[in-house]
Amino acid sequence: MVADGDPGTPVLQLRDMTMAFGANQVLKGVSMALPAGRVTALLGANGAGKSTLIKILSGVYAGAGGEILVAGEPVSLSTPGEARQAGIQTVHQRIGDSLVPGLTVAENLCFEEIVQGGIPAVRSLRRILPRAREIAATLDLNWSEAKLRQDVFELGIADGQLLLLARALIQRPKVLVLDEPTSTLSQAEVDRLFAVIRRLREEGVAILYVSHHLEEIRSMADDLVVLRDGRIHNEQRAPFDMAAAVKSMLGESVALAAERLVERRGERTALELRGVQLLRRSTPFDLDLRYGEVTGIVGLIGAGKSELARGIFGVDTWRAGSMRLDGAPYAPRRAGEAVRRGIFLVPEDRASEAMLPGWSIARTVSLPFLGALCRAGVVNRGQEDQRARGIIKDFGVVSTGPDQSVDALSGGNQQKVVVGRWFGESPQVILLDEPFRGVDIGARRDISAHARTVAGGGACVVVLSSDVEEIREVADRIIVLADGAVRLDAYTSQVDGDAIVTSMSEVA
Amino acid sequence: MSADQELTTRMRVQDAVVKYGFIVVTVLLFVFFMASEPAFRTSGSLFAMLKYSSVTAILGLGMTYVMAVGGMDLSIGSTAGLAVQMAAMTMVFYNLTGSTAVIVVLLAGVVVGLLNAVLIVVCKIPDLLATLGTMFVIQGAKLIPVEGQSVSAGMTLRNGDTAPGKFTDDFLQIDRGAIAGVPYPVILMLLLTVLTWFILARTKWGRMMYAIGANPEASRLAGVPINRYRGLAYVLCSVFAAIGGMILVSRIGQGDVNAGASSLLEAVAVALVGTSVLGIGKPNAWGTLLGALLVGIVLTGLTMKGFSYFYQDTAKGLVLIVALLFSFTISRKKVRYTPAV
Repeated sequence: MVADGDPGTPVLQLRDMTMAFGANQVLKGVSMALPAGRVTALLGANGAGKSTLIKILSGVYAGAGGEILVAGEPVSLSTPGEARQAGIQTVHQRIGDSLVPGLTVAENLCFEEIVQGGIPAVRSLRRILPRAREIAATLDLNWSEAKLRQDVFELGIADGQLLLLARALIQRPKVLVLDEPTSTLSQAEVDRLFAVIRRLREEGVAILYVSHHLEEIRSMADDLVVLRDGRIHNEQRAPFDMAAAVKSMLGESVALAAERLVERRGERTALELRGVQLLRRSTPFDLDLRYGEVTGIVGLIGAGKSELARGIFGVDTWRAGSMRLDGAPYAPRRAGEAVRRGIFLVPEDRASEAMLPGWSIARTVSLPFLGALCRAGVVNRGQEDQRARGIIKDFGVVSTGPDQSVDALSGGNQQKVVVGRWFGESPQVILLDEPFRGVDIGARRDISAHARTVAGGGACVVVLSSDVEEIREVADRIIVLADGAVRLDAYTSQVDGDAIVTSMSEVA
Repeated sequence: MSADQELTTRMRVQDAVVKYGFIVVTVLLFVFFMASEPAFRTSGSLFAMLKYSSVTAILGLGMTYVMAVGGMDLSIGSTAGLAVQMAAMTMVFYNLTGSTAVIVVLLAGVVVGLLNAVLIVVCKIPDLLATLGTMFVIQGAKLIPVEGQSVSAGMTLRNGDTAPGKFTDDFLQIDRGAIAGVPYPVILMLLLTVLTWFILARTKWGRMMYAIGANPEASRLAGVPINRYRGLAYVLCSVFAAIGGMILVSRIGQGDVNAGASSLLEAVAVALVGTSVLGIGKPNAWGTLLGALLVGIVLTGLTMKGFSYFYQDTAKGLVLIVALLFSFTISRKKVRYTPAV
């Protein structure tokens, strides 16, 4: 085992990695080294090439140029199996790609061993359980037998992510790649994850940690690498100069300091919620959402944020509660009714809830408002194109035009499209559920700015997030949701971050 | 840099193969049969081929709507068979006019479509299973009133009487008539193709259907009334199947109990072939038409070459597999139709 700081042969070395998709050169010569027992943070805006680099390391993409060395020996990583063989384990951001719905949690934990024949294919669940528990124990997950027997489909995103991490750790990897591991975790789970990462670091594992969260990087990482436009632009050892890192991540053009927002006070009430019960055991609450301000609703995973938003949008029903819109009863039974009243929702999970694979930007953008673009049922494509161009321009979507497939866009630009489509149609009430997840700072600023602009124009804007800093950046008024109930309701300037965090973790 | 260009050239060739390969194969086969079989060259046999293709094409067009919403309808063959028998019964048993028979057939299509829609959309039964059920029910139920007999003019009824009616001339004209030498079924096929293309590619209906096929949850959250449009797709599909059955019964001139049975697989096949044409990668009207024509060309050509009927299914299967190779194997683009199994 290599001692901390030992400059011996790095566990993993990349030499002049290149990768192109057609004419699009995504990696333009990336060289980096991951030493044993160190956490290397990889920072980069959307579209910088991070995902591509990770997919090369995990054997998803074959055909990259350059050289990969593990412990000084050149290796080929053209299949996921080869990557595993080389001791590289990756926990991807999109957990849905790695879990097998229909199988139990226990079977998913043991999945790799089942696939590789370590566990016979025909074996009762009861006999898999002990091994599953062992695997879960690598992460100190005390999952009950009932939970292990559950269909993995019923696990939340956070638990799913922990499951995958446990599955990766049991393989005793030499290199562990974590792609945005905390984006869906609550604070307690993040702490647990960090404890595990520290332990692995002591055991000499080389860790590549990909994240947008500067705070996490500051507290966890030993080295920092900034990727922009397929090249490495900045390399640092802790302690980091974050300002320099962010600057090289965004390029020179983006101003660094977030402008202090001028707080707005909405006066007219848009939505009155009465006796809303979000979760099975939560206490009902009342809440008024007002026009002319950005309301930030912050809470941990499972606090009931999405349930609240989806109920207002008419796609889920609450356990109890009623609504009034502009003073009149409002009870939408499906999304179409909410949309007609000018109430919009940008859902939490872009890939599964907003994107239509293979669809062009123009079509994606026009879908919710197709009726308005039709004459006698026939789509006016000129008008449709024009509308898409407007949104592309307003939100600065980097694309070849309205006809480009949304699949080909980077994550941040996809997000701009699925957010922007609702802003094109002057919303009355717009609910943004985790609009900044997996989005770089530039895209985040653009989306925030639009949210603030429409609120200034009189709309009721509601941003829901589990990230306190994000919410403080955009919201005039902050509401903390915990266990399905309102724990705090104040104007942003009147409350500090600590108070918010305290009330988020308050238990009734 | 040169490696880069090489790659894109290869990709370009690949795209071109996917895009035009299928049309080229169709044309080459057509030219081959034209050149090698003089009988193939006559306009009579050309129209016979097109007439043969029309029923498959129309059923395939119906299937195209259902595939657009990401579904599957196994009941179209038996719906076509039901139409055959309903038309025959209307004219032979009840001695009503040909136009009444047409209305009865269309209504039967609507009823079957609504039944499928209710089972799938309201009762939430997976489409494959729901339509498997309706397929059997229709196949069996239509045998009950005729006691398993084919309906033909002059047949003896259950009470010993002779059936009062016969196939009316105007009804028989559906298959036999022509405008300027072009048979009605061919005209109908082309009209329905244009209609389907228009609905799917140009209207709100079509856009909504494709949206549901691409991502039902995202469509629901964009405010698309997904139940309504899924239901609509099944109703359109069954109506198209009934129209196909109507042409079929006009052709055979009797209510054959087995009519339509084989058309399910053909319709599915041509609609799937259609997804690969022009590299569109999703179910579409012109693709389905081209698929039906290709099957027609292959079958007519083989028959003229002296192959017996029992070679036909093998030939159809091969055509389907070749088409699927184009869209799933050679294509770099992901195909947007995956059966909901």
